[in-house]
Amino acid sequence: MTQNNQRLLEVKNLKKYFPIQKGFFRKTVGNVRAVDDVSFFVNEGETLGLVGESGCGKTTTSRCILRAMPPSSGEMLFRTKEGNVVDLAKLNRSELHPLRVQMQMIFQDPYGSLNPRMTLFDIVGEPLLVNGMTNRKEREQRVAELLKLVGLRPEYLQRFPHAFSGGQRQRIGIARALSVNPRLVVADEPVSALDVSVQAQILNLMLDLQKRMNLTYLFVAHNLSVVRHFCDRVAVMYVGKIVELSDTLELYAAPQHPYTAALMSAVPVADPRIKTGNVELKGEVPSPANPPSGCYFHPRCEYAVDKCKQDAPVFREIKPNHFVACHRAGELKLPGIG
Amino acid sequence: MDKQQPLLSVKNLKTHFFMDEGVVKAVDGVTFDVQAGQVFGIVGESGCGKSVTMKAVLRLVDPPGRIVGGEIMLRRTNEDGSTNEAIDLVKLDANGKMMRDIRGAEIALIPQEPMASFSPVHTIGDQICEAIMLHQSVDKRAARKIALQMLKDVGIPIPEQRLDEYSWQLSGGLRQRAIIAMALSCNPRLLIADEPTTAVDVTTQAQVLRLLRRLQEQRNAAIIFITHDLGVIAQMADSVMVMYLGLVMEQGPVETIFHNAKHPYTQALLRSIPTVTMTPRVNLPTISGSIPHPFNKPKGCPFHPRCEKSIAGKCDARTPALQAAGERQWVSCFLYHDVEVSA
Ligand SMILES: Nc1ncnc2c1ncn2[C@@H]1O[C@H](COP(=O)(O)OP(=O)(O)OP(=O)(O)O)[C@@H](O)[C@H]1O
Ligand SMILES: Nc1ncnc2c1ncn2[C@@H]1O[C@H](COP(=O)(O)OP(=O)(O)OP(=O)(O)O)[C@@H](O)[C@H]1O
Ligand code: SF4
Ligand SMILES: [Mg+2]
Ligand SMILES: [Mg+2]
Repeated sequence: MTQNNQRLLEVKNLKKYFPIQKGFFRKTVGNVRAVDDVSFFVNEGETLGLVGESGCGKTTTSRCILRAMPPSSGEMLFRTKEGNVVDLAKLNRSELHPLRVQMQMIFQDPYGSLNPRMTLFDIVGEPLLVNGMTNRKEREQRVAELLKLVGLRPEYLQRFPHAFSGGQRQRIGIARALSVNPRLVVADEPVSALDVSVQAQILNLMLDLQKRMNLTYLFVAHNLSVVRHFCDRVAVMYVGKIVELSDTLELYAAPQHPYTAALMSAVPVADPRIKTGNVELKGEVPSPANPPSGCYFHPRCEYAVDKCKQDAPVFREIKPNHFVACHRAGELKLPGIG
Repeated sequence: MDKQQPLLSVKNLKTHFFMDEGVVKAVDGVTFDVQAGQVFGIVGESGCGKSVTMKAVLRLVDPPGRIVGGEIMLRRTNEDGSTNEAIDLVKLDANGKMMRDIRGAEIALIPQEPMASFSPVHTIGDQICEAIMLHQSVDKRAARKIALQMLKDVGIPIPEQRLDEYSWQLSGGLRQRAIIAMALSCNPRLLIADEPTTAVDVTTQAQVLRLLRRLQEQRNAAIIFITHDLGVIAQMADSVMVMYLGLVMEQGPVETIFHNAKHPYTQALLRSIPTVTMTPRVNLPTISGSIPHPFNKPKGCPFHPRCEKSIAGKCDARTPALQAAGERQWVSCFLYHDVEVSA
């Protein structure tokens, strides 16, 4: 593995608030704190997983990093191909343009994310054209190479997406994302819509491409078995905040945050001899428009003490490379899996 | 298939869709028994016929689809609780009184599309009450009392308030609970849950699974539980049926299916999923190729083009029948027997 400890991306105190507007004059009456002071880094060649329940801010975080939307505040330091560190949050459109090829996205929905009226050649070749490869012959050659890379036959060039299965469409999406030689690939639920046999093929492909092209992945997924398999490190989000971040195996075997432990215990293990789901997480995820006081998890936490209701816990490094935001981290013995 | 009289016994069920482009043999000879008090899991990849099988059992297949063969025997109970003769649902009028009585009161469905359960223009309470009054001779007040108790039973907080809310006002987890409450409101003996947790988070999924288990035990109902998630099946089911392209590949107790699977498809499926106990970041064993288009079903064993062990001249020519292959285990595969499906 060509992983080094060079940071490709460092996110510091990232916030994304969506204003809640009411009435005729669209007065702002509050904010949805979709991403609420999030910090993490991703090293070159590694895979960072982002997990958490629906609405916790995974997609919003990803979209801010790709500058598909502007963040409300915070820094997003990106090391360019040339070795300069730039803050993506501060760049304007024209400054961002040359960097866009270095950051690409793979989407969840292999059906919705491909234009049905474009041929495979147009879909995969479009980013090349946009980035200045105007010679059609040259483009055809590159697209054929890319199709081979993701395990599709180059003869398919003139076909339309409807002629392909879900797994093949996801391969097309990957080929498109890789066409411009990106360094950071953000994959938002790339295998969630796929059948299990297809999921295995796509995960293998993504691992293989990572090794060959030294790709860095930010991998968003809700299947915790898939995340354990695929990611070097994992960040757990809850209501817009990262509550725990560590090496994958350590996080699964010895979680330090009660929320992580609850998530782990809910994983349905594909073995009837191992009964899971014993720890019941009561209640509902709070709204990011109106989060609870103190630790956002305290109303559902079986370990909460008075302090948890009042003070927000600091996201701190309790062991080398293991970060937790919990007042009681270190003193609790929480069950893990695997 | 078992000594005990099954609650539901489906034999050689065939349901086809007659389209302009051709015939989709969505369910093409499916046989299984469901015992009272059992969770019967059906697993298989997209399009293998799980939902259509259940729609056929409920007689909800609409044209161009039609049941073209087989029987669906349902054992009914008398007023006094004694068991009655089994009746063949295939022979009933799909929209007749008897089938309407069975649907909802004896067999209830949690449909795959959660939005299909509740109408957005009526309150949850009104809809549950309506279902109750359709099948039980109670007035509005009594129905509301039952509905309230149902919402309580499925663990919905402040149920009085929820009765007067609309489904779109509920979170995903609460909505799923309300759907379960409605499905159980008439005390069905068979609950069909079609992917009941696919749209919800893992923690909600764990809550819903625990709830279904508890209700099933309390009421001694049977559940047919459909999912493509092998983890959920392992945790929920007592016995498991594996489907592929409209056919049953293998069936058996959950322990046998997960630890002593015989069919190459079951074995390959189990190998291809990442688990929390294996070495991460290594290549997963995959099943070569992809699921064929329903119009291009392969001849012979439907799995043979993707099967590592397929026998040339046999698996590509004849279709293996589902046969006993061990203690309460049935397999459709020529590696274990020589019986083919009769035409
Ligand atoms: N454009 C928007 N305007 C207002 N609120 C938004 C917008 N986009 C997202 N949100 C809110 O921000 C929060 C985070 O949403 P986000 O899509 O990032 O969650 P997620 O973790 O990706 O969830 P999922 O697992 O369902 O994809 C949610 O409460 C969502 O409703
Ligand atoms: N109304 C319909 N008209 C035509 N074909 C149909 C219809 N409903 C289902 N089919 C076809 O029947 C086959 C079985 O579909 P079914 O919905 O039972 O699959 P499933 O196993 O439930 O899949 P999933 O896991 O995606 O829900 C598929 O090939 C499907 O395309
Ligand atoms: S800070 Fe308190 S409430 Fe929050 S997770 Fe830790 S113990 Fe639970
Ligand atoms: Mg998302
Ligand atoms: Mg279905």
